[in-house]
Amino acid sequence: MTKHRYSNREIAVAATQIRKRILKFALERGGCYLTQACSSAEIVATLYMRILNIGPSIGNPEAQPFPGVPSPSNMDYPKGWFYNGEHTPERDRLFVSCCHYASVIYCALAATDRISESALDKFNVDGWNMEMIGAEHSPGFENTAGSLGQTVSAAAGVAHAYKLKNYAGRIFCMLSDGELEEGQDWECFQTASFYNLDNFIVIVDVNHQQLEGWTKDVMNIEPIEKRFEAFGWKALRINGHNINALTAASAIEHPDQPLVILCDTNPAQGIPTLDSIVPKHFVTINEGNRSAFQAEYDRM
Amino acid sequence: MIIETNRHSANIMRLAEKHPEILVLSADLGSSCEIKEFNQKYPDRYLSMGIAEENMVSWAGGLAREGFRPFIHTFAVFCYRRVLDQLEMSVAYPNLPVVFCGFVPGITTPGGVTHQSTNDVGVLRTVPNLAIFDVGDATEIDSVLDLAYEYNGPVYIRQLRKDVPRLFDATEPMRFNRARVLSEGTDIALLSSSICTEEAMRATLVLAKKGVSIQHLHVSTLKPFTDPQIIEACKKARYGVITIENHTTVGGLGSAVADVIAANGIGKRLVKIGLNDTYAHGASKMYLMKKYGLDAMSLVSAIENLMGKKLGIEEEDLEEVRFVDYTAV
Repeated sequence: MTKHRYSNREIAVAATQIRKRILKFALERGGCYLTQACSSAEIVATLYMRILNIGPSIGNPEAQPFPGVPSPSNMDYPKGWFYNGEHTPERDRLFVSCCHYASVIYCALAATDRISESALDKFNVDGWNMEMIGAEHSPGFENTAGSLGQTVSAAAGVAHAYKLKNYAGRIFCMLSDGELEEGQDWECFQTASFYNLDNFIVIVDVNHQQLEGWTKDVMNIEPIEKRFEAFGWKALRINGHNINALTAASAIEHPDQPLVILCDTNPAQGIPTLDSIVPKHFVTINEGNRSAFQAEYDRM
Repeated sequence: MIIETNRHSANIMRLAEKHPEILVLSADLGSSCEIKEFNQKYPDRYLSMGIAEENMVSWAGGLAREGFRPFIHTFAVFCYRRVLDQLEMSVAYPNLPVVFCGFVPGITTPGGVTHQSTNDVGVLRTVPNLAIFDVGDATEIDSVLDLAYEYNGPVYIRQLRKDVPRLFDATEPMRFNRARVLSEGTDIALLSSSICTEEAMRATLVLAKKGVSIQHLHVSTLKPFTDPQIIEACKKARYGVITIENHTTVGGLGSAVADVIAANGIGKRLVKIGLNDTYAHGASKMYLMKKYGLDAMSLVSAIENLMGKKLGIEEEDLEEVRFVDYTAV
């Protein structure tokens, strides 16, 4: 666990900060992935401030120019994972599969002093490393996750490597519920239980929405716990806005089994103005709703 | 002509002994990919991934991030057509050292269209960071894994299996991005790859007797493709350039050579021999090579076309120099 034990209140404050900062992005730029911030703010804040056993950032706290794509002659570029601290056998790793949550991750890094507040000004600005969809070089990111289904496998491969090397660290992978429609996820889940990867923990933001609407209307994925259990996983379903529930779920024993924590969340949590427009994958601010969102921002 | 057997197995064993971080990943085709012996000797380093190639490729990327050297073993076709997105985003973009050992490349399998990787080079030449090797004989099987291990990034190998002729001196291993000169000449530049090199060698023996002077290069590195010997061969060819490959004529060796000719302003004709923008079907290798014109006789016709004259070579003349039994599948 991290040295400083944050209180529930501090975590809740950070979650509100994350929502507020992303609402600011939305107001400044005419839109943002706002509902994802609302659904996942407690999950991400609790991961960074309590659950993950990670070291201090070794990344540059200021935004950096895009360091170039990886290639045989460019492998020493600053990696996104630098911001989650040095890799050691004992420490945990976080893979973010829902990489359109990049703004949420950047804001969590700012709320935990892993990047500077001013670095956020470079979010989604041409030529900088704080891209709208995270990749290898983006602060907080281990890999390039934009093609859904692949990051669970990459993270499980790392978890498998940790087992082969007898490393104690755990590998966390965060995703959003819509991704569970991908076939590759289930190929990965069957393999993770086949290899008894009890160091592999998947956290799902079950916000019940995806790009075209409510998840239940786009493609049924329920009953999710039973599906995971049938694949040999330990599955828990909790309220994803409840910091105590998140803490307890991540501490549960799951010997010889990978663990999935299904976090039911509300994509309008903390910003009630969103209630009338969710489900909404990308929230656009227009002249019709600007004053309501501005009032919400001023109140936060 | 010496026929060697299971050289891949012998070489992955040799390399694995030297490098304990090498892992083998199999999608339920290990025993068809000469990896049985590895599984017996190193069961802990043999990862059975089930019939689930997409997960296997991304998982291999995860293992490579942790310093392991995953060697994926399955048929070539399942290394690219099914998993192109995984190959690109989980392996090639982050430039991770994953080796794709793609067996039964092109029409070397009687398995039909689903099993035949006939446009893999064309697809994969567009993938940044990836190196592509296409072996032609036992000597190259003996050396290609070392080149793959040494390459700083992902590698795709069109690997031959089981009974393979030793066409090249065992003491002259395959070299990275460097074609093998099989004959010197100034009338025709002939560039061949994979199993087509053996066919081309049969043709050139007969053609030489007819007084045709051929610069014959066997090309085993298809990406990168910057070997200056290829530019020189094309430049000095009086009548033109011929490529012959175990692949379609779109995007593979022939297209790579066309790029070289154009980029260097070499005003020479190019005849590309390969599957002519078509899928193939299930049948024996030699049957398919004849049917789709990847054989020595097709090469003779192409040379006659470039030189504008008949050389009087018949199928029987080529039969006499046949030095391997192609009926084995």
